[in-house]
Amino acid sequence: MSAASHDAHDAHDHGHDHDGGAAHGTLKDYVIGFVLAVILTAIPFWLVMGHVLPTPQMTAVAVMGLAAIQVVVHMIYFLHMNSRSEGGWSMLALVFTLIVVVIALAGSLWVMHNLDTHMMAPMPHDMREVP
Amino acid sequence: MAHAQVLTEADNTRFHLTEDHHPENGTLLGFWIYLMSDCLIFAVLFACYAVLGRNYAAGPSGADLFDLPIVAVNTALLLFSSITYGFAMLSAQAKKVTPTLIWLAITGLFGLGFLSLELYEFHHLIHEGAGPQRSAFLSSFFVLVGTHGLHVTFGIIWLVTLMVQVTQRGLGVEMKRRLMCLSMFWHFLDVIWIGVFSFVYLLGVLK
Repeated sequence: MSAASHDAHDAHDHGHDHDGGAAHGTLKDYVIGFVLAVILTAIPFWLVMGHVLPTPQMTAVAVMGLAAIQVVVHMIYFLHMNSRSEGGWSMLALVFTLIVVVIALAGSLWVMHNLDTHMMAPMPHDMREVP
Repeated sequence: MAHAQVLTEADNTRFHLTEDHHPENGTLLGFWIYLMSDCLIFAVLFACYAVLGRNYAAGPSGADLFDLPIVAVNTALLLFSSITYGFAMLSAQAKKVTPTLIWLAITGLFGLGFLSLELYEFHHLIHEGAGPQRSAFLSSFFVLVGTHGLHVTFGIIWLVTLMVQVTQRGLGVEMKRRLMCLSMFWHFLDVIWIGVFSFVYLLGVLK
């Protein structure tokens, strides 16, 4: 019963989307997103160009953290992602993609770092250094 | 058992009805899935760069080569093009043809500016002897950044095509759908660029 009412609700939502085209933002959304994106872009450039933090490791962590936040900001304000768009299917595709991306990135780094430390130990310093 | 069968039939009926009723939702979801597959391409190129990015083969490193002010200008151009495309979408939703075309043209110009700066940077690097064949670092750098640049190039061609179509056909349902697809593509390229400028350029100049 509850499933049926949920479906009816879903159908209604779709009808609504249909009228106004697809999910789209308002001027306010775009401006908020733009201001946040500018701030989140300016901070990492300032951190790196101004040598603000004491160690490069701290700067690297801060830059990647800010990049992750900016990606989320773009997703929400420019790409209008939410858990309801396309009945949840676009979010499902996104989550699946993120899982594959994490496996590809972490797996590559892990395996190649392992190979490097085991096979290329006697090489000159700049050849075996891995990020 | 019989009960389950009845439910399945009911589901099938509903499924068909939904499909017939909402063709454009299918287009946008399909385009989103294309973007996700594109995201995987970039993920693999990023992984490649992460593995090879410090193998300089006794050649120049990112700290020697990258010109951060140029990268900052490039980032700004792409960010501005994102918001101007947003304004184009808002004008299209309000069914205003001329403002839509103007905003699309401005977006295209920002895109062209981005591409010219990137080509200038590539030309400069190759001229200095830091071409893709110099080291594993430079090979993976050129492939990753070049693939993004190619996407922007095709985005601009697509944008010009849509501008011509808007002048010919106005802003009907199908034109809005096409503009929406390009909007997703364009903003997606900006998202990829966040990864490029953070991971490749900013982390590349850190010692």
